[in-house]
Amino acid sequence: MWLQTTWFVLYIFIISGYAILDGFDLGVGMLSPIVARTDHDRRILLNAIGPVWDGNEVWLVLGGGALFAAFPVVYASLFSGFYLAMMLVLMVLILRTVAIEFRSKRPEAWWRSLWDWTFTISSYGITILLGVALGNVILGVALDQQGNMSVNLLDLLNPYSLALALVSVSMFSLHGAIFLTQKTDGELLEKIKSLIPKLLITFFVLMTALIVWTLLRDEQFTQNFKDRPWTAVFPVLAFASIAASWLFLRRGAYLSAFLASATMIALLLGAIASGMYPVMLRSTTNSAYDLTVQNASAANETLMVMFVIALMGLPFVLLYTAGVYFFFRGKVELDDESY
Amino acid sequence: MSVEVLHRIQFALTVSFHFIFPPLSLGLGLILIIFGVKSVRTNDPKWRQLSTFWVKIYGLIFSLGIATGIVQEFEFGTNWSRYSRFVGNIFGSLLAAEGIFAFMLEGGFLGLMLFGGTRLGNRMWLFATTMVVTGATFSAFWIVMANSWMQTPQGFEIRDVGRGPQAFMTSFSDVVFTPSFSARILHVIAASWMVGSSLVLSVGAYYLLKKRHVELAKTMIRVALPVFAVVALLQVAVFGANQATQVARDQPAKLAAMEGLYQTESCAPMFLLGWTNPDEEKTTGLHIPCLLSLLTTKNFDAPVTGLEATPRDDWPNVSLVFQVYHVMINLGMLFVAIGLIACGFWIWKRKIWDQRWLLWVLVSTVVLTEIATIAGWWTAEFSRQPWIVWQVLRTEDAYSPNVTFAQVVFSIAMFVVLYIVVFVVFLRLLDRRIKEGPPPPQDSEETESLPDSFGEIFRRRSRVSSGGK
Repeated sequence: MWLQTTWFVLYIFIISGYAILDGFDLGVGMLSPIVARTDHDRRILLNAIGPVWDGNEVWLVLGGGALFAAFPVVYASLFSGFYLAMMLVLMVLILRTVAIEFRSKRPEAWWRSLWDWTFTISSYGITILLGVALGNVILGVALDQQGNMSVNLLDLLNPYSLALALVSVSMFSLHGAIFLTQKTDGELLEKIKSLIPKLLITFFVLMTALIVWTLLRDEQFTQNFKDRPWTAVFPVLAFASIAASWLFLRRGAYLSAFLASATMIALLLGAIASGMYPVMLRSTTNSAYDLTVQNASAANETLMVMFVIALMGLPFVLLYTAGVYFFFRGKVELDDESY
Repeated sequence: MSVEVLHRIQFALTVSFHFIFPPLSLGLGLILIIFGVKSVRTNDPKWRQLSTFWVKIYGLIFSLGIATGIVQEFEFGTNWSRYSRFVGNIFGSLLAAEGIFAFMLEGGFLGLMLFGGTRLGNRMWLFATTMVVTGATFSAFWIVMANSWMQTPQGFEIRDVGRGPQAFMTSFSDVVFTPSFSARILHVIAASWMVGSSLVLSVGAYYLLKKRHVELAKTMIRVALPVFAVVALLQVAVFGANQATQVARDQPAKLAAMEGLYQTESCAPMFLLGWTNPDEEKTTGLHIPCLLSLLTTKNFDAPVTGLEATPRDDWPNVSLVFQVYHVMINLGMLFVAIGLIACGFWIWKRKIWDQRWLLWVLVSTVVLTEIATIAGWWTAEFSRQPWIVWQVLRTEDAYSPNVTFAQVVFSIAMFVVLYIVVFVVFLRLLDRRIKEGPPPPQDSEETESLPDSFGEIFRRRSRVSSGGK
């Protein structure tokens, strides 16, 4: 039991790692046409994420692998049930990768603008699709006894899930903008700075509204918080983090603001997780078919092996991730190796 | 056409496209390490010049490898949900281990490697490159482990805990080191080194033919040719033969399909070229008598088990397996010949530089090694059918029951269009990069000013910039 819960926590940790790291580079993609009008500025933005975006995306791969290993039943039901949505996620992931890679390889304006738009649209695409998927996971899906479901793409696009997608877009845009304050200079920096308060207020309003909506529409979710009052620290601290981020921004402490924003993302995901635990995928057909941390996990032998592997591997992962970010710290300058 | 076949077509399509890239980056990584070591040892700026040129190509190849690799990881869940539930306890853990140990290492250090030319001294650049290549090699280990478990499964038991039969791990070490693993990983790594070195060989030969960057081109060939020739020889004589022996021992029905051996025969022949006749259950063609018996059992007269020993329902598509296997085998032997002839002309008063026909042959090697590698992978996978996990789970019991025919048709169409576009643009950019050629050598003072130890890296204030373009 402790092993299954530990893996649930580790899983949320990996998802948070992905949301924090790929979150800012998705945000940069979404902001790009708004803040960067010239080719030079676009390249600055692209190179701000240049050395790290590949590594950030690997967290998604790790998330997929960890879900497969620790909760294979959830992995199989979720991925096959959301078939078309998943295929679209794959398509935009590939398009985004090649857009970053291809864009600056040729000088023609049409070429660059083609891939710039591909980069931006696919950044929105990934954020929206993942937001919609998470929204439907919270709502529950029509799982049958075998754990199978088939959800029409249009059914996924319900108001709640779209609202969650919108919150994700505003959250990653804000996170990306705060990240860019570290990397840009001059006029571009001023433009981003003037945008941040608007992004922050938008996000704050949307997030608060979504939290209220979630608590009002979802009795089980609310009940879980009442049963485990201590888990209220997640949403409360998330609000504290966003406030802290605001204060840091006003004082010009951009790195601290970024860290606060990153903490907030992890806390929000923690809040969703604690509202759902022990259910991972709720069945709207019959609550007996719910996939939970207990009935959908891998066997204890596997979880134990994986736990040892995670204990050995994750510290190194965190160490060199931090090392690489430290090495590439500071403002972006373009050179021969730039994107 | 059944929906099972569609799922198989989609997986075959996406994994084959993916498999163009990882062997290239594994092999090119090895060559980059050699360049890096030379650079540290000699301080000759030409090595950094070569690294700068090839690392950009590496980046292009690598990012396509990542983008197409995520597809594979997702497809187990989207298209093969019953497989995923059945093997989650085993297969999933190998994939997750690959993520933590391999992808993170690659992803983490990739930025340092790609941007090292203007930011890192020789030793630290070599360090970053080595880390990425180590990650890529680990990745090959874990994924071949997972695939080998599907070929020769062990270390598990099947129990039903309410959701139908599932495989439960009984021994992690048995799962990791299945009987086919060591033979298969050596074969795959050697193949990757051949693919990577042949890319460098091709580009070097192309420059010589066009009389461009002649000195650098000769250096490329001097580094890549020995790697190519030696590995080609080892691949046929040791790693490939070793794997054939393993297949004969663990999966006799698979070997029988590869060689088109319908009846159990002593003194079984080995075909060089041939045609299987499924109606008459006979294989005809150019063959060497008794060689198959000799290679698999070290004895001319020993019987080799034919397909007749296996129930017909458990046969793969023999004609298909036979042909793709022979494409691989014949190309493998051709590579040995190319390697030996090219080395011969090199040793013989360096005459290789003037042999235009031979240089053209070298240009073609990268395409041929890619074809051989993919044909080899197809051989391994087609001959495992109709099993997805050898003699444990059938492919027809493994696909997602809740995904409709129309949905798979849509996703296949999507991947076909997407991959064609991506591949065409990739080839054009690669072509352009190769035609642009290596950059001018870096100023040695500039190289020396770059941080070249961990201490210097973390003390540095602002990085050296050589100006935007």
